Amino acid sequence: MSVLVFANNSDGKFKKTAFEIVSFGKQVAKQAETTLVVVAINANDVSSLSTYGADKILQIKDSKLDSFNAKAYADCIQQAANKESADIVVVDSTNDGLYLAPILAVKLEAGYASNVVDYPSSLQPLTVKRKAFSSKGFSFTEIHTKNKLLGLTKNSVGLTENPVDSVVEDFTPSLKDDDFKISSASIEKTTGTVTIADAEIVVSGGRGLKGPENWGMIEELAEVLGAATACSKPVSDLGWRPHSEHVGQTGKPVTSNLYIAIGISGAIQHLAGVNSSKVKVVINNDAEAPFFKAADYGIVGDAFEVVPELIAKLKEFKSTL
Amino acid sequence: MKILVCISHVPDTTSKINFSEDNTKFDSNGVQFVINPYDEFALTRAMWFKEKQGASITVATVGSSNVEPTLRKALAIGADDAIRIDTEPTDGFLVAQQLSQVIKAEGFDLVLAGKESIDYNGGMVPGMMAELLGFNFVNACIGLEIENNKATVTREIDGGKEVLVCDLPLIAAGQKGMVEEKDLRIPNMRGIMMARKKPLKVIAPADTTETTSTAKFEKPLAKGACKLVDANNIDELIDLLHNEAKVI
Ligand SMILES: Cc1cc2nc3c(=O)[nH]c(=O)nc-3n(C[C@H](O)[C@H](O)[C@H](O)COP(=O)(O)OP(=O)(O)OC[C@H]3O[C@@H](n4cnc5c(N)ncnc54)[C@H](O)[C@@H]3O)c2cc1C
Ligand SMILES: Nc1ncnc2c1ncn2[C@@H]1O[C@H](COP(=O)(O)O)[C@@H](O)[C@H]1O
Repeated sequence: MSVLVFANNSDGKFKKTAFEIVSFGKQVAKQAETTLVVVAINANDVSSLSTYGADKILQIKDSKLDSFNAKAYADCIQQAANKESADIVVVDSTNDGLYLAPILAVKLEAGYASNVVDYPSSLQPLTVKRKAFSSKGFSFTEIHTKNKLLGLTKNSVGLTENPVDSVVEDFTPSLKDDDFKISSASIEKTTGTVTIADAEIVVSGGRGLKGPENWGMIEELAEVLGAATACSKPVSDLGWRPHSEHVGQTGKPVTSNLYIAIGISGAIQHLAGVNSSKVKVVINNDAEAPFFKAADYGIVGDAFEVVPELIAKLKEFKSTL
Repeated sequence: MKILVCISHVPDTTSKINFSEDNTKFDSNGVQFVINPYDEFALTRAMWFKEKQGASITVATVGSSNVEPTLRKALAIGADDAIRIDTEPTDGFLVAQQLSQVIKAEGFDLVLAGKESIDYNGGMVPGMMAELLGFNFVNACIGLEIENNKATVTREIDGGKEVLVCDLPLIAAGQKGMVEEKDLRIPNMRGIMMARKKPLKVIAPADTTETTSTAKFEKPLAKGACKLVDANNIDELIDLLHNEAKVI
């Protein structure tokens, strides 16, 4: 019996999501009075995982796994879980995590609970709280199978330091041709900007900004804050911004610490996707806009006046830190 | 090409979500049900293949008779026939098992689905079916072309996109990008008339295992009042975000 988590990396480097999943795994392992095993695939340096409680680290190194392949990665994790007799396996909710999890669930013959937002409320039967109805509600799911798979929502439990002396072991799973029936032809990544998935802060603009030519101040505000940029659905439908920025019930979910909504009315579908953000600020010239009911802080005012002022003041503030 | 589009029957996005029976059941009172928005992209892409490359489209839903209007709507959009597997979709794995049986029996080359249902947001059914059937699988699909049984599939990755190539049979779970929002099909009068005569087959569920169950539901905590800051006092907002909320 043990708990096993998959710590994914990006170009060999772990991001905060990986440390969060290790923190989560360690807590669950403590609850279950067992140890935590972490699987890493082609990572440069696994030592940082020790800080968050990785009792044992299985390192897989194989150039065939350089680019992410959901089926092959799921195969690696399943073989690792099997070797370690892990009965609770945890993966993240990045695009890669969401892709491999259902494949892994079938391989492990595990009941799978996605969108987990908290530590298990019980171990017998394993019960977890999950986001449901696009954050309009939560469900408590019980898993009845021997093996269990959890998908952890980003930024739900945060990081907990738990320094341990990790045992690091090389592990060579036996990969099959069948794992590589899908091949990657090309990858296109925007560099230099923060993604909505990684961002601690998200700055989002709506139809109230009138047109794409007015996004300069949104980008500048995001830059000052080190934030990602996002938008409401009509803004991406109108082609003012790329689809990848569309957030809400039918777009990307936002689980950042801070979400700043500018010229966004706060329709139920928009709020559904951004409600899980911890703190919400709204800037809107209509005091009756529904977003004010969902926000923590608000300014009733014209975005074209408030945002440049906010940028200037934030620059001042940042320079005093 | 034989295409199956998996249709999930979900509450309309404007629905207020409530729970009944001591928070153990979803309260469908007054709730309008629709085709899962992600599945509409899949169905519209299927229509494109049907019209441009020649394909038949079957739609399938796991659910009791109350899902039939949703299937009829998919037929009105242009699917050729529909299958309803007559059991409650209580768990993602159960749904995947039921649909897999049908896919195996009917021999589909291409299965299109949504990346998640907007009710339970599981994101499970398509990937599980693929693994059960040994089909190729691409999640978060934002582009799909098929030429001579070879698929070129674009998927969204964090901060960009990746182009993948593979053979059929394939299961692709899609979202906006598979087709554009403006190209989404809605049923017209003629489609609705024709849909009434199209075959809707009800089949008995296969034996399956349920791996998870829902013990109870909870609504998000009611929000405290929004603190309003004067537009001429931006310093106060920065102070609140720094010292009170501690997010900057
Ligand atoms: C099936 C379905 C799914 C949907 N999914 C999503 C989704 O995932 N995400 C999403 O965002 N929407 C979604 N929607 C759309 C949603 O219903 C709203 O139409 C949309 O969110 C409105 O976008 P908006 O707030 O940018 O625009 P509007 O509603 O037009 O609001 C603009 C706001 O800007 C304010 N404003 C105007 N001028 C200024 C100014 N100078 N300064 C400050 N404020 C100003 C106005 O007061 C107004 O509140 C969905 C709809 C449907 C039917
Ligand atoms: N009951 C169901 N019947 C048919 N297809 C379904 C059902 N539930 C889910 N699906 C399909 O699987 C996709 C992902 O759903 P889910 O795994 O429930 O988030 C949906 O977008 C549908 O295409």
